[in-house]
Amino acid sequence: MLFLVPMLVTLFVVAAWPLMRTIWFSLTDASLDLISQAEWVGFRNYLEYVDYGDGEGEYFGLLVDQRWWRAVWNTVWFSVVSVSFETLFGLIIALVLHQKFLGRGIVRAAVLIPWAIPTIVSARMWGWMMHDQFGILNDMAERLGLISEPIAWTASPDTAMIAVLIVDIWKTTPFMALLILAGLQMVPDDIYEAAKLDGVPAFRTFRKVTLPLILPAILVAVVFRALDALRIFDIIYVLTPNTDATRTMSVFARENLFDFDQFAYGSAASTVLFLIIAVITIAFIMATRMDLEGKRS
Amino acid sequence: MKRTPLQNVGLYALVIVIVLQAVFPFYYAILTSLEDGQALFEVNYLPEQVNLANYRSMLTEGVFGRQILNSVFVATVVVLISLTLAVTASYALSRIRFRGRGLLLLTILSVSMFPQIAVLSGLFEVIRYFGLFNSLWALVFSYMIFTLPFTVWVLTAFMRNLPVEIEEAAIMDGASSLTIIRRVFLPLMWPAMVTTGLLAFIHAWNEFLFALTFLSTDSQRTVPVAIALISGRSEFEIPWGNIMAASVIVTLPLVMLVLVFQRKIVSGLTAGAVKG
Amino acid sequence: MATVELINVSKSFGSVEVLHDVNLSLERGEFVVFVGPSGCGKSTLLRMIAGLEDITSGELRIADVAMNNVMPAKRGIAMVFQSYALYPHMTAFENMAFGLEQAKLPSDEIRERVISAARMLQIDELLDRKPKQLSGGQRQRVAIGRAITRDPRVFLFDEPLSNLDAALRVDTRLEIAALHERLPETTMIYVTHDQVEAMTLADRIVVLNEGNIEQVGTPMALYEAPASLFVAGFIGSPRMNFLTGTVADAHGAQTYGIRPEHIALSRETGDWQGRVMLTERLGSDTFVHVAVEGVGRVNVRVEGRTDISARADVFLTPDPASVHLFDAGGRPVARRG
Repeated sequence: MLFLVPMLVTLFVVAAWPLMRTIWFSLTDASLDLISQAEWVGFRNYLEYVDYGDGEGEYFGLLVDQRWWRAVWNTVWFSVVSVSFETLFGLIIALVLHQKFLGRGIVRAAVLIPWAIPTIVSARMWGWMMHDQFGILNDMAERLGLISEPIAWTASPDTAMIAVLIVDIWKTTPFMALLILAGLQMVPDDIYEAAKLDGVPAFRTFRKVTLPLILPAILVAVVFRALDALRIFDIIYVLTPNTDATRTMSVFARENLFDFDQFAYGSAASTVLFLIIAVITIAFIMATRMDLEGKRS
Repeated sequence: MKRTPLQNVGLYALVIVIVLQAVFPFYYAILTSLEDGQALFEVNYLPEQVNLANYRSMLTEGVFGRQILNSVFVATVVVLISLTLAVTASYALSRIRFRGRGLLLLTILSVSMFPQIAVLSGLFEVIRYFGLFNSLWALVFSYMIFTLPFTVWVLTAFMRNLPVEIEEAAIMDGASSLTIIRRVFLPLMWPAMVTTGLLAFIHAWNEFLFALTFLSTDSQRTVPVAIALISGRSEFEIPWGNIMAASVIVTLPLVMLVLVFQRKIVSGLTAGAVKG
Repeated sequence: MATVELINVSKSFGSVEVLHDVNLSLERGEFVVFVGPSGCGKSTLLRMIAGLEDITSGELRIADVAMNNVMPAKRGIAMVFQSYALYPHMTAFENMAFGLEQAKLPSDEIRERVISAARMLQIDELLDRKPKQLSGGQRQRVAIGRAITRDPRVFLFDEPLSNLDAALRVDTRLEIAALHERLPETTMIYVTHDQVEAMTLADRIVVLNEGNIEQVGTPMALYEAPASLFVAGFIGSPRMNFLTGTVADAHGAQTYGIRPEHIALSRETGDWQGRVMLTERLGSDTFVHVAVEGVGRVNVRVEGRTDISARADVFLTPDPASVHLFDAGGRPVARRG
């Protein structure tokens, strides 16, 4: 047991305790400079009815904040779209990398490059490529005759979310592809040989044999990515700061915590994001009954 | 399986598209970083200029050199500490049977699912309490939240697959617990430790949110924050050449690591997820 | 003089008792085999002697010293594991030297001991190879060599042949027998589920079943006078025929046992008439499975080859001196006429 203590103490101090404090702050009137003098205010940061007298009154708090709900919507929309495309592209890349071809080792390494590039650097690189006047993306599109005039990818509210999605999908598809490829490699070759002997056409084999067998791997990858997507922050902070079109829950929370001096309010937003992710995680663990004791492996 | 010529063409076409999309943005960043002045604002697909002015200005003017050292320091120390803590912990988790071990592993894993933002305000208070605000140790300390669960998880899975009989043979040979870890386990764990160490290093090297929040002066910052905060006086004065040069400097070591250790990294990533 | 003594030894995992009150005494230099089906407790018993499992109650004595709380390395024992358990990152030499290093022996002596053990096992050419570069049989020898260098009073083998292929298994079995000849002072305890290994190697066999010792005796004693239905069924290959019903009733027993090699087969005459269901031809012997009406299915060994084929009608005559009778509790019944 002595071996476990240092690790557990560290995790407690960096994870469990701060989480509890965050939840506590969300129930106080804490502000950035006066954290220690925070006082309990109940659920006022989440929802409060202020009675103006004469039967008139108004609700305040996170749960009736339009900007918050916009951020929730942005986050969910971003997560669904990015994870869907990543799964699709990841599957395609995994299937290609699973084939035997010349230079496969180098290609596998090359595919990993977007994953290795720091998120911030990716956002900046793409920000430059998406530059409205000098960006190579507009240049390509114009040469191909897809657009007639340059698009202000990151500045225009119509395309800001698309820009963020492009960067995120580009950056995280390799991770998806790797996990799916690992699943593919666990399917024994003789199953394919059996299907071939049975005369099953290639596409049927994929749909009826390969896909069901790698579905667990895909599912795990999707959940991991979804949990990750729900907390997106870096790309948006760099690529499209300060626009309603791409403000996500994490961005909203940090703004309030450190930029708007609404420490308690930001903590409330953080808490809600934590709860959402916790519910998904627990549901996932229950659904898959993860093998914790390692008995089967 | 045999492919028809047409299938071959299709496959190689797909491979080319996949490689191009993966490599092009980085290639274009390198290309831009080698251009200066007016050349920067003319779109070109092939290198037309090899001008190191951007690199020179990034590395000699300002504090970027110092910031690289900051990042190296933080990532290295994070790797060392998390491996030390994780090796001993995973030895206990994989070898000693006790009640609630499954639950404990689950709790450790779930910590890695924590959204960083959820602990941000609490961690901010802790860091100020320890007087670590604007110190690199604040990052070393806070990065444990994602490197520790991951390394513990992967090393535990790895150690579990080492046959118990080897350990028993060492007991029969009269080796103490510490000797077993040092002379038997550590040499066998090297591959897994290299993998998890690499991943922890990359993660710490790339982290942004904590670094942005817990450090306040330029000379303390790590490279991701430095690159994110480079800006001009106006939208039209953003020094794209410098940004791209800095990006290449920061990314090149990672790309080299990936190319050299591709297999190890892949096995670590999939062990962290698929086995989970 | 006894080297290993187990006195009222029991073992429980949690609330489950897996070994019940075992008493056993092994002579110096004896080769003893623990045999039984999987889950019978034989490996647990061996691991308790090794010190890898605690003893829940009772006493273990080696060379007249109580060993319950003595560290494994200080018990004067050495063990060969089922998977060999060689240290993958060490050469054969380092594997064999590791235990001696832990005992802080001078390096000259370590070297001498390792090399002499390696010579004995004919692996002195392989000492600087790592386990990966060795074949299964060579790894097995290194594992045995590692045990030999410790110069133990008691040598423990935990199913050492189960990872080898059939041909190598026979060779290694012979080598272990030869090793025992060369180390006459060393007591050897060998765990296996394979009764052929037990019969060929052992001075004495200990048959275990469900955590109890069923019988202890020489291989021939077990073969000729099994003390229970379980031992009768476990020792001997192929298995003894167990017949119930009228045949057993006629002898006042619940079960009538007769080995395949103790039945004569004839086409003309005999005690039982039956029809051949199946023949298994091994070349040296043929096993004929016969369905006898009112008796049951009987397996008969015929020496050499035979042209009897399925569906032939044959006669069987059991050798009355080799009949084993058991009561409802599986205990032997004294023979009546």
